[in-house]
Amino acid sequence: MGLYEISLATGVGIYIILAVSLNMITGYCGQISLGHAAFYGIGAYTVALLSKIGWPIYLTLGAGFLAAGIIGTIVGLTSLRVREDFLAIVTMGVAFLFVGIVRQQEFLGGEMGISGIPSHGMSKLAYLGLVLFFAVLSILFSWYVKRSWMGFAFDAVADDEDTAKVLGLDVKAYKLTAFAMGTAMAGLAGGLYAYYTRFIIPDTFGFIESITILSMVAVGGIGSIFGVVFATILLVLMPEFFRFINDYKLLLYGVLLFSVMRFAPEGLSGFFKLLVRRKDG
Amino acid sequence: MTTILLAESVTVKFGGVTALEDVHMDVKQGEFLSLIGPNGAGKTTLLNTITGVVTPVNASLKLGNKDISNLPTHKRIRLGLALTHQIVRPFKSMTILENVAFAAGFKKVRKIIPSLITLNRSLEKKKAIEFLEMVDIAQYQDQEVSKLPLGVLKRLEVARALAVEPQILLLDEPLAGLNSQEAGKLADTVKSISKQGVTIVMIEHNLSEVLRVSDRLHVLDNGRNLAQGEPKAVMNQPEVRAAYLGI
Repeated sequence: MGLYEISLATGVGIYIILAVSLNMITGYCGQISLGHAAFYGIGAYTVALLSKIGWPIYLTLGAGFLAAGIIGTIVGLTSLRVREDFLAIVTMGVAFLFVGIVRQQEFLGGEMGISGIPSHGMSKLAYLGLVLFFAVLSILFSWYVKRSWMGFAFDAVADDEDTAKVLGLDVKAYKLTAFAMGTAMAGLAGGLYAYYTRFIIPDTFGFIESITILSMVAVGGIGSIFGVVFATILLVLMPEFFRFINDYKLLLYGVLLFSVMRFAPEGLSGFFKLLVRRKDG
Repeated sequence: MTTILLAESVTVKFGGVTALEDVHMDVKQGEFLSLIGPNGAGKTTLLNTITGVVTPVNASLKLGNKDISNLPTHKRIRLGLALTHQIVRPFKSMTILENVAFAAGFKKVRKIIPSLITLNRSLEKKKAIEFLEMVDIAQYQDQEVSKLPLGVLKRLEVARALAVEPQILLLDEPLAGLNSQEAGKLADTVKSISKQGVTIVMIEHNLSEVLRVSDRLHVLDNGRNLAQGEPKAVMNQPEVRAAYLGI
């Protein structure tokens, strides 16, 4: 495996964690979030700052995970007051707020970001192994959650939260849990990204990145873990294999998002299920 | 009979509209009470106030000896209330069986951590089948709700509410939209549930069924108490006939 392939696979692994984490909030629990990259950024900045003052990787990654999860829970409180389109607008605001605040803070490097992030101290291949380990762990955790009673409760909240309430479910607690878990995982992805590039700038975690992550979830099939993973691999690798796509990446993501919403709301996962049903039928 | 549910001084306003004004209702243990009144009388608002779906301007609500006035909806439900919707609201991503199994697993989703470490759904599915049999729709258990007729979905609402093992079942127009045969069968089902010891409060416009199955009537008109008592005696009151039947 060459350096290029290792680098590419590391990027894919980080995006898988990100997409799976957003799928937890939007797919499982039905809470739309257009600001997920902000939590990715919180993880990255936490890790960058702490690693520069000498914290070891296992502590910095843990801190990034916790910082994003705690702030994510606070942002999740908004989901208790607003729903659907309004929640989308609030979370979009979080995305802009994050970049706006980081740009103005000298200790966060302002527009120039943070460079010279210490190395993770591993070979690139070993680091890829670590990223893939966390990616697989995220997939397995997500798969487990879906099968647990918590996943059952998330389904109910996503379907109709008022009905879930009159069946005795503490809907607020479940929404906050989805936000806490999803944003903490995004923070972990951010930490892994910081060690991967060793240089971070605010724009990496802006609104466009949030839409990119959402595209992966929507194209894969909102709520479908394997569809989301497949779409993430496809969408990250496609611009690499077809270089001309890279120039039109945003356009492609926009068209894909529009097409999925218009023609196949259940994404690739729904399309696959339809094919299987036709084959069986 | 002891009072199991007491709603006193219930006043609800939606903007400038007073939906309920100083309404009082008591429900006795084990009875079948029908809440009737013309459209816009405030019947659904009263049930929604009791379950906490609607926030009143003023209300004193007691379930048994416990004051539930300031509790959130899910805590009131956990104390023994269950509500069915006038317009059916099944979980559309779930099958009929899963809809009821989720409700039957209410103890497993009470707390976050236990809900995460619990996987087994077989006991709840077994219980769900029993509730589906009770309302006579067990044959539809594996079907998606989007493909089923209203009659089945109305029964699903009842089965799902029963699955939370309530002391009091609040039914909001369970017979609406059903033909006379379906309505009669569902009314019989609800009556048989009542005979098993569950207290029933039912909003319903189908007066022939109401008079057939109810132990007592409570009449609202224009957001106020109008009458309450034994069904035939209530229906003979001139003000009830005037308000409800227009005669």
